Amino acid sequence: MTSPTSSSSISAADVIKVARLARLDIDDAQVEHFTEQLAKVLEHFTDVDALDLSDVQPMTQAYPLANVLRQDVEQPCLDRDEVLAAAPQAQDGRFRVPTINGEA
Amino acid sequence: MASLPTTAADIAAAVSSGTVTASEVLEKHLAAIAARETDVHAFNLITADAARQHAARIDADVADGKPVGALAGVPLALKDNMCTRGIETTCSSRILEGWKPPYDATVVQRLRDAGAIMVGKTNLDEFAMGSSTENSAFGPTKNPLDLSRVPGGSSGGSAAAVAAGFSAVSLGSDTGGSIRQPAALCGVVGVKPTYGLVSRYGLVAFASSLDQIGPFATTVHDAALVTEVIAGHDLMDSTSIPQPAPNLRSAVGQGVARMRIGRVTDLPGGAEPEVMKRLDDAFEALAAAGAEIVDVTLPSIEYALTAYYLIAPAEASSNLARYDGVRYGLRAPASEVNAMYGATRAAGFGDEVKRRIMLGTYALSAGYFDAYYGKALKVRRLIADDFDRAYTQVDAIITPTSPMVAFAFGDKVEDPMAMYLCDVYTIPSNLAGHPAMSVPFGTGAHKLPVGIQIMAPALGEVPMFRVAGALESAARGLK
Repeated sequence: MTSPTSSSSISAADVIKVARLARLDIDDAQVEHFTEQLAKVLEHFTDVDALDLSDVQPMTQAYPLANVLRQDVEQPCLDRDEVLAAAPQAQDGRFRVPTINGEA
Repeated sequence: MASLPTTAADIAAAVSSGTVTASEVLEKHLAAIAARETDVHAFNLITADAARQHAARIDADVADGKPVGALAGVPLALKDNMCTRGIETTCSSRILEGWKPPYDATVVQRLRDAGAIMVGKTNLDEFAMGSSTENSAFGPTKNPLDLSRVPGGSSGGSAAAVAAGFSAVSLGSDTGGSIRQPAALCGVVGVKPTYGLVSRYGLVAFASSLDQIGPFATTVHDAALVTEVIAGHDLMDSTSIPQPAPNLRSAVGQGVARMRIGRVTDLPGGAEPEVMKRLDDAFEALAAAGAEIVDVTLPSIEYALTAYYLIAPAEASSNLARYDGVRYGLRAPASEVNAMYGATRAAGFGDEVKRRIMLGTYALSAGYFDAYYGKALKVRRLIADDFDRAYTQVDAIITPTSPMVAFAFGDKVEDPMAMYLCDVYTIPSNLAGHPAMSVPFGTGAHKLPVGIQIMAPALGEVPMFRVAGALESAARGLK
């Protein structure tokens, strides 16, 4: 079994799975809408599939720079109260969120 | 007021020497905003009070004989995806509506230090995803030259602000053409510098390996001036090139004698005939000015659009994961955290942003990574290699900026691929990381402006601005 190629077209089940991975609630109408539109965009990728890319190195950086580090000395950082003031909910100097994993 | 200077360079010179005040210049621009902003909708936020206070401080400094900066008193508009401390920064998205950043972007700091006066934050396609500003959650911006047409995008508000005289200059961001295409459609100059020349610190990320900040201006010289102010190394951006800002203003008037300018013989088709006619006119003008026109090929750029629409959404899906209702922006009510994430993102993002998050998540998901993202990165290499070969023969390449002049609202918004084709000539430079800019060069269909794109190799801003200056001069003589 080889890995899927990009010529395999996207299904409604794929779209539902991807929406879950992206933490994005979508309704049935959107599943249909996105399945159709994503398939249309991905269709264009068949041109790329026809290229022989076996000897090509992927390009991950526009302008190669490596090991960019700053001096390991204390720096001023963002003001905590100012940051928390922008949060939907804060408590005791922290971000407050709803229940995680059913824990109260 | 008719005698007030209009270009950034003239405004700064006049304000610095005390012949006009920053306040007078500002009031003229605020009056233009008051007269036409309701029709154009360039801004998400107008900061008139803060601008008046800033102008008064500059005028006081001039009166006291204190030094003022290279952009003293120049009214500036900022795309609303650049962080301004304590001032709303929305990315034209419901998910960030009302957010006040706790810090300034590096470009904001540098422009303020230079004396530029921010008049407001401009509208964009949500999170810079689009080519018309129709994807803004707060309604589209209209092209000041024809209100029935789009200004282009995603930096449509910034282009419109300069075209309408709301500000002398503005900043946009360009991930696949989002500065150059609206510049072309609004008839102004727009620059995407080399990736890494301008700090991205405080620019809300869309596709981090492609995003770059640059200016809009009414003249090539002003665009050079603003680029000089915002360019140069910044410790806050690990992709910032460790070099000082180049001197670009001196390049503008140098002419193009003995420069080699590339004509792409395998340029993707589909441009309007009137646009291609202007490209021919541009080659003719450059040849008349002493440049040598050389045919080059870029065989892989026909795949650029396809590669871009995998790479940019993939990076976007990762960057936009941070909008989860925890630290800033919108939170939808829910009793459990996963339900909160899903509901917040469903309520906060618009259709195009969702589409790109979905596409990017799919392209990066297990089993598909190599088939899509991996291959797209290899195509990116092929395109960069094509440019490297071409730049052994030429100093710069010119193409149309946009295949079409400003189009009507609704023309493309229902068909993602039709909208994506707006960027066919601009995307290759982002993939390669190279500088490119658009200069107005005559008109096309419906007497609307046409932009010519000038591309150059990495850190080739000096030759790029030489060609831009020559085209700007030649454009004055066009029929």
